[in-house]
Amino acid sequence: MSADTGTAGAHPAGGTAQPPGRPAPARRRRVDWSAWRAFAVLTLPMVAGLVVFKYVAMGWGLLLSFSEARGTIALGTWAGLGNYHQLFGDPRFRDSLTLIVVFTAFIVPTTFALSLGLAVLVNRLRRGRALFRTAFFLPAAVSYVVASLVWKMSLFSGLPSGVANSLLGLFGGEPTAWIATVDPPLYWIVLVTVRLWLQVGLYMILFLAGIQQIPADLYEAARVDGAAGEWKLFRHITFPLLRNTSIAVVLLLVIAAFQAFDEFYNLLSTGLAGAPGPDGRPPLVYLYDIALVQQNYGVGSAGAFVVTLLIVAVTLVQGRLVGFGRGDE
Amino acid sequence: MNPRSRPSRMGSYLAAVVFALPFLLPFYLLLRNSLMSQAELGALEWRWWPEQVSLRGFADAFSNETAPLGRALLNSTIIAVVSAPVSTMLASMAGYAVARIRVAAAKPTFVLILATMMVPGAATFIPTFVVVGSMGGVNTLWGLILPGLFNAFAVLLFRGFYLRFPHEIEEAGRVDGLGHLGVYLRLALPNSGSLFAALGVLSFIEHWNAFLWPLVIGQDPTYWTVQVAMSTHLTSQAINLPALFASAVVAVAPLAAVFLFAQRYIVRGVMMTGIKG
Repeated sequence: MSADTGTAGAHPAGGTAQPPGRPAPARRRRVDWSAWRAFAVLTLPMVAGLVVFKYVAMGWGLLLSFSEARGTIALGTWAGLGNYHQLFGDPRFRDSLTLIVVFTAFIVPTTFALSLGLAVLVNRLRRGRALFRTAFFLPAAVSYVVASLVWKMSLFSGLPSGVANSLLGLFGGEPTAWIATVDPPLYWIVLVTVRLWLQVGLYMILFLAGIQQIPADLYEAARVDGAAGEWKLFRHITFPLLRNTSIAVVLLLVIAAFQAFDEFYNLLSTGLAGAPGPDGRPPLVYLYDIALVQQNYGVGSAGAFVVTLLIVAVTLVQGRLVGFGRGDE
Repeated sequence: MNPRSRPSRMGSYLAAVVFALPFLLPFYLLLRNSLMSQAELGALEWRWWPEQVSLRGFADAFSNETAPLGRALLNSTIIAVVSAPVSTMLASMAGYAVARIRVAAAKPTFVLILATMMVPGAATFIPTFVVVGSMGGVNTLWGLILPGLFNAFAVLLFRGFYLRFPHEIEEAGRVDGLGHLGVYLRLALPNSGSLFAALGVLSFIEHWNAFLWPLVIGQDPTYWTVQVAMSTHLTSQAINLPALFASAVVAVAPLAAVFLFAQRYIVRGVMMTGIKG
């Protein structure tokens, strides 16, 4: 191993000012092979993995989406836009897109408001802050499968002994089959609350981090200026200064919501053909059915690209909207 | 200080308790139900605690023939225990290289890694399945593990960390005769312990709780993870509820322990991964 290569780089660059107008002398450096070797050793596993599981996968998927691929993952006959036609021709796929937009419209604001509210609340506590933070954060350790089990079989079970029904019973209400009731869409409560419970703590932590970076003297100054009400302080100081955190939270929430799969699959049993209950099928559950059950990888790949493009588009649009407002502050 | 602050602080505690109760309720239900008998779980009357604590559910869960919980636990453990350190290590290596080794390929490599962040993970499970399937990865442990080891976002975080790694330390290592790899392994890596722990713990949780990918790849019961095994029972016709709740308790317990003991790492990890914008 030659350790003494590349000592040319040790010269302190920019130590002497170049006379203006004269171009820097084109010095030809020797290639530092030891640096290249180290770089290759360190980056090769990551690059190879990403190339195979992202780039090749996306490339192959794109080709598959234009070909006839039923029951096979080999590239079959060229089908042009046939798979995309079939996809958008299927009312169940269009319904799944509507469903996920509505679901996102429900889950993003509720999670945002609750996690921000809890962060403000926890931040006000002097003692026991860590205790309450843990209580709100602990659900993040639970999987969607386990949460779905509790929600389906205990919290919102159709039995009179279910938690929701027991509470209802206290007020003289009749036991309700929460998940099986489509009209009014009571199953929606089950779907939204389970995700809320699982992810609120995570975003609360993000907001807490943001709140704790706000200098305390800003609040003092505002109090001196007479803006004493807690709500006013929140509106004029806390919330505006959480701008960057808020943007990140909304983006993360939207991306996560668009990829919802676990709770729909486990709560609504749409993974089982002919199971009773609402047919709540977000895009990923629909695509799981197409690819893994019907083994139509052509249409499945086409769907994967549609959903991916949708998410990328939403990300870019949000970045754009946020970018426009930046000059105001 | 403020005369109003005492009653308002009381109000805060009251509100915190009122909100915390529904957050803790599902944990209590999980425990209560796992200790109930099938008959008690199907009862019409609400009950705070089983009349007679039964461990039958735990026994049933472990002796289930079609989907033995022991096997599923083993699979989940192998996946999480391998994935967490390896994926973090790979990200650390790549992050160091793009941050500190000045070769012409550094920028393009970083762009190539970063670009994959635009692609949402779960939404592209079909293309990934096609590639892993063609490599013979269905119903294998490596098929379950390998695609989840490459985390571009973790590379970004490690790069940020290593960019701030003091040049004096690197120079000192050079004087002692260390090459790039030596500086990384002896000096930079040991100094990134807290970031390593934070990302490692998050990765552990993520892999333990993962559902869609194990469902797609581990189709044979031998390769079911805990989550897939529970889901299969949950969506089947005849459910042994006590066994299912007992499995859930077993599945949640290790993570709850990780949460309680490594919370500061998790919190730090979440703070770093969230503030990327």
